Amino acid sequence: MSPGGAMEGQSVEELLAKAERDEAEKLQRITVHKELELEFDLGNLLASDRNPPTGLRRAGPTPEAELQALARDNTQLLINQLWQLPTERVEEALVARLPEPTTRLPREKPVPRPRPLTRWQQFARLKGIRPKKKTNLVWDEVSGQWRRRWGYQRARDDTKEWLIEVPGGADPLEDQFAKRIQAKKERVAKNELNRLRNLARAHKMQLPSAAGMHPTGHQSKEELGRAMQVAKVSTASVGRFQERLPKEKAPRGSGKKRKFQPLFGDFAAEKKSQLELLRVMKSKKPQLDVTRATNKQMREEDQEEAAKRRKMSQKGKRKGGRQGPGGKRKGVPPSRGGKRKAGLGGKMNSGPLPYGGKRKGGQHQGGKRRK
Amino acid sequence: MRPLTEEETRVMFEKIAKYIGENLQLLVDRPDGTYCFRLHNDRVYYVSEKILKLAANISGDKLVSLGTCFGKFTKTHKFRLHITALDYLAPYAKYKVWIKPGAEQSFLYGNHVLKSGLGRITENTCQYQGVVVYSMADVPLLLKQKNRRVIAPHSERP
Repeated sequence: MSPGGAMEGQSVEELLAKAERDEAEKLQRITVHKELELEFDLGNLLASDRNPPTGLRRAGPTPEAELQALARDNTQLLINQLWQLPTERVEEALVARLPEPTTRLPREKPVPRPRPLTRWQQFARLKGIRPKKKTNLVWDEVSGQWRRRWGYQRARDDTKEWLIEVPGGADPLEDQFAKRIQAKKERVAKNELNRLRNLARAHKMQLPSAAGMHPTGHQSKEELGRAMQVAKVSTASVGRFQERLPKEKAPRGSGKKRKFQPLFGDFAAEKKSQLELLRVMKSKKPQLDVTRATNKQMREEDQEEAAKRRKMSQKGKRKGGRQGPGGKRKGVPPSRGGKRKAGLGGKMNSGPLPYGGKRKGGQHQGGKRRK
Repeated sequence: MRPLTEEETRVMFEKIAKYIGENLQLLVDRPDGTYCFRLHNDRVYYVSEKILKLAANISGDKLVSLGTCFGKFTKTHKFRLHITALDYLAPYAKYKVWIKPGAEQSFLYGNHVLKSGLGRITENTCQYQGVVVYSMADVPLLLKQKNRRVIAPHSERP
């Protein structure tokens, strides 16, 4: 119609063409051409590319651009695969459900060592004893039903007996029930001890050395000495009130061993702790020298008194002598001196004024005021 | 050979701080390398990390000395500063005393220095302060504790 319309038509065509080009680009970007298909393990979000990396080999010393392109392509393919998975909606988010992982990951920790055999297992192996296959349930006469071999409501329960005959040779006044309970406790304790011993042997833990404790006839002097020491310390007060024989000497080296830092400890940590120590020391040191402050204070007071006395003496010649204020005041409160000194920021060199004194060139300012 | 314990470090720092004050942290924390203090046979050595690593290869009974000996701990665990520490302490000294060349020799042979033998002195050194004594050519001679009038390097030889 009008030139404006023609312009519009042109722009519309242009827009359409542009849209088409964009689409093509997008498709190009989304679809990646590979010679060999990638292998996907979506359970582990893994994509394996078996194509030979000729592009990389040609790239030369800095294959950054090629690597990046390769990564982008492979990731695109992985994402394409992910989009094909069944999706569901979880709390306003679109979520893809991953399948089971197919790649088997290697062990994280090394294979466990074979455990050493327990004492029973060694014995059984030696004797050739094999575990007998036992039935689960046993017929219980008393209750007239099948009951389990051990455990809750077992077949022959010792503890449930209400009558125990006193055996032939035993004391008639002994409590057989208590005896039974005691025997059971001892068996349980023994079993526990053996279990722990087996465990300790399996972990190669150090059992407390019972080297000299079991009295055989052939113990060396050191072993006997050690056994005696242990016996002495095994009291409720850890051996504090045990008397020694008249000529017995105190044991050597029975104190706690001192532990030192290792020779090559962490140097940074050592430095830090030393600096910390220095800081604490500095903060504890009095920022003002108390003696100096008090001396200065006393000197000034003396001067004041002297001046007053002179005035007094002049007046006193006319009015009659009047004793000036008394002698030296002892025990000057250091706070007065402190206020005076603290204003200088804790430095004891009140001699040269901070911004006066030497100013030859710019070099003497700052640090070297001491000279 | 072992590092110093907390107690020992504190005692040593207190002694050294009498001569160099806050500059002690420049000794501990050096910009040009890691230096540390190690104790060997009651003597304290100031040694750089490299040399320490080499010295660790020598067995304790064969090791005589390493780095610089700063001083030693006495039987009652007091710290005595040695002259060998002078090179490290002199640059950081807070209070310095210069002696005239005439008095210098006498001083080095152990005699007291009179006030007339004194060249320069840092301002505001108070009595019984730990100082570093220099010759007029700025060569550090000694570490001493100073009296006010007659400079008497006292029986307390540090």
